[in-house]
Amino acid sequence: MITFSQKQLKIPQMSKPVYLVTGGMSKFGRAIPEMRTEELVVDAFTEAAEFIKKSPAELKKYIHSCYYGHFADHFGDQLLGEALIHDRLGLDPLGNVGIKTGGATGGSTLWEAFKAVASGYSDCVLAMGWERMDEVPTDEGNNYIACAADKDWETPLGHIYTGYYAVMAQKYWQVFGKSEDSFRKTMAEIAVKNRGYARMNPHAQGPMKITVEDVLKSPVVAYPLRALDCCLMSVGAACAILCDEKTAYELTDNPLLVYVTAGSHTLRVADRRNMEIPLLPNESADQYKDLGERFPGSDRYPGFTGFLAARMAAYYAYGMANIYDPTEDLDLVELHDAFTISDIQTYEDVGIRPYGEGRTYVESGDCYHTNPNTGKPGKLPANLSGGLIGNMHAVGATGIMQAVEVGQHIWGRWAEMHENQKKWDAYGRTKPKDWQNLQVDNAKRGMAISHAGVGSHVTATILVHPDHQLKGRNS
Amino acid sequence: MSNSNKRGTVKVINGRYRPDGSFHYNYPNTPIYDEAGKLMGVTNPRDLTHIHAYGGESQFFSSLKDGEIWGTKCENPDCEHTGTVNLPYKIYCPDCLKKAIPVNLTATAIKSATVHTFMVTERTGAFNTLEKPIRFINIEFEGVDTILMSYLSVGEPKVGMRVVPIFRKVEPTFTILDLSWVPLGTSVEKLPDGFSFSK
Repeated sequence: MITFSQKQLKIPQMSKPVYLVTGGMSKFGRAIPEMRTEELVVDAFTEAAEFIKKSPAELKKYIHSCYYGHFADHFGDQLLGEALIHDRLGLDPLGNVGIKTGGATGGSTLWEAFKAVASGYSDCVLAMGWERMDEVPTDEGNNYIACAADKDWETPLGHIYTGYYAVMAQKYWQVFGKSEDSFRKTMAEIAVKNRGYARMNPHAQGPMKITVEDVLKSPVVAYPLRALDCCLMSVGAACAILCDEKTAYELTDNPLLVYVTAGSHTLRVADRRNMEIPLLPNESADQYKDLGERFPGSDRYPGFTGFLAARMAAYYAYGMANIYDPTEDLDLVELHDAFTISDIQTYEDVGIRPYGEGRTYVESGDCYHTNPNTGKPGKLPANLSGGLIGNMHAVGATGIMQAVEVGQHIWGRWAEMHENQKKWDAYGRTKPKDWQNLQVDNAKRGMAISHAGVGSHVTATILVHPDHQLKGRNS
Repeated sequence: MSNSNKRGTVKVINGRYRPDGSFHYNYPNTPIYDEAGKLMGVTNPRDLTHIHAYGGESQFFSSLKDGEIWGTKCENPDCEHTGTVNLPYKIYCPDCLKKAIPVNLTATAIKSATVHTFMVTERTGAFNTLEKPIRFINIEFEGVDTILMSYLSVGEPKVGMRVVPIFRKVEPTFTILDLSWVPLGTSVEKLPDGFSFSK
């Protein structure tokens, strides 16, 4: 599709508002051979229950239907793994369904859970996601991940999914980064930032105190991407409980309004055709008239440089939550930093910056908890969890982890969930002596972006404190 | 299926798959212990073969050995985007869902193939058969609406580089790997074994 009808552009409607009541997660690691998946899942569920001072058994009594995100069946050599987890959670005979949309599986799981409550089908649902990528050797894992590309036209080409994305990175690097050392340094700053924030997160798999130079000296994976530019491959679980208003306030005094939307684009990048840039509320067509002059080679949209699916997910989500300008209206974001360069691409797709200017979100200091240029709070901190680069990418759990992290800021409970020495000890991790509270002061609204591979599926999850809803400026 | 040691092959006879030979091989599993000798799990080895239909895309994959590249064109006059040319080959127009018409794009490729973007990588997954590093290239063609992914067999890729197709005519695999590219002007002596130009 290269044109849209008005029916397709309709802002999604809900029959009733939906609330995020609680969420939890396990520890994340490259390999966790001492635990079965069900143990990770129970850890996540128990954390969610305890967050609202319930026992797991008490929380289960509220759940009406279940949504399970688990992408790669073949990693676990187990079809219907979702059903096994459902049984181990003791949630039979409730209805349950497995959801799979590659890297966006976690976000898509929230999307399905959200619609179940919004429609009135269920008053309270479980969205649970997990992945374990440690049960095959890395090259077999790469082969399996490459199976998410087209098996006839792409997968035989090296059986390496990174390569199918890397050509997009190369195009963005040359067109919008202009192959400049300064742009390469900006990419590296994202890796430094996210790995540094992961140091404050006991769940995180990849905390590192590193410098830009460390990133630039790390081994080349696919130029310009180096090892420290790339996300982790992880094991772990995360969950969220979504409810209608009545049930939400039975469970907690402080639920958050939640909106979840989704967009898509062709699985094969090869199939992408040209189109006009679909505009977000804070953009005008005029501002892109000279894009091709400013950035030679940017004549194709979305081409190999934009993620149309992210733009569509943001378009629908901003319409639902009345977000006009994400940088002004949101207080923090968790973005899908699969690679440093795709993080920059996403700033543009979701309207944090106009197309071509994504790098300025980093260079201005806006994306930091504390702006390194001014020493003041960053305007829109990003990936304080450590993101996929520093925290984890346990695919089915990732989008859910992101939303829970955003929620903990809006609840004002981020420090409580990350500082607790008992959690550091239980996970066998050492809390750094310079541990820093990354709580975003007075956070009222936030967003999580969950993204699949080369951009075939993207979801946007927006959380809003009910006392701080925005009035419509988008019509 | 037969239990013979002959590696499995398949024919289609009377509209049904007819497998012949062995399609799976059993190996014993082995225990996994930690340093203290505690049983942590087991390995589950397996060797098996899948069967896969090319269906309406068969023309593309069978024509590579003949030195031809086929795409498709929507010629439905009622289609909003009639005239769209797709490579990769699409059986149906994705806009109107009418059968698209196969078109021979070999001459177009020889005349206009240009590198849109590229990537060089040493990393591969298990079962990779391409020589490393792999030079992924994405190729645009005049009059074609999409950008094909493939790989460069000679030289180093650059954005905007003119390339021409080469074909594995000797012992073809009947997969996308039978199509590769070299810089315009490459001599026949430099082509990889089994590959040749279109004509």
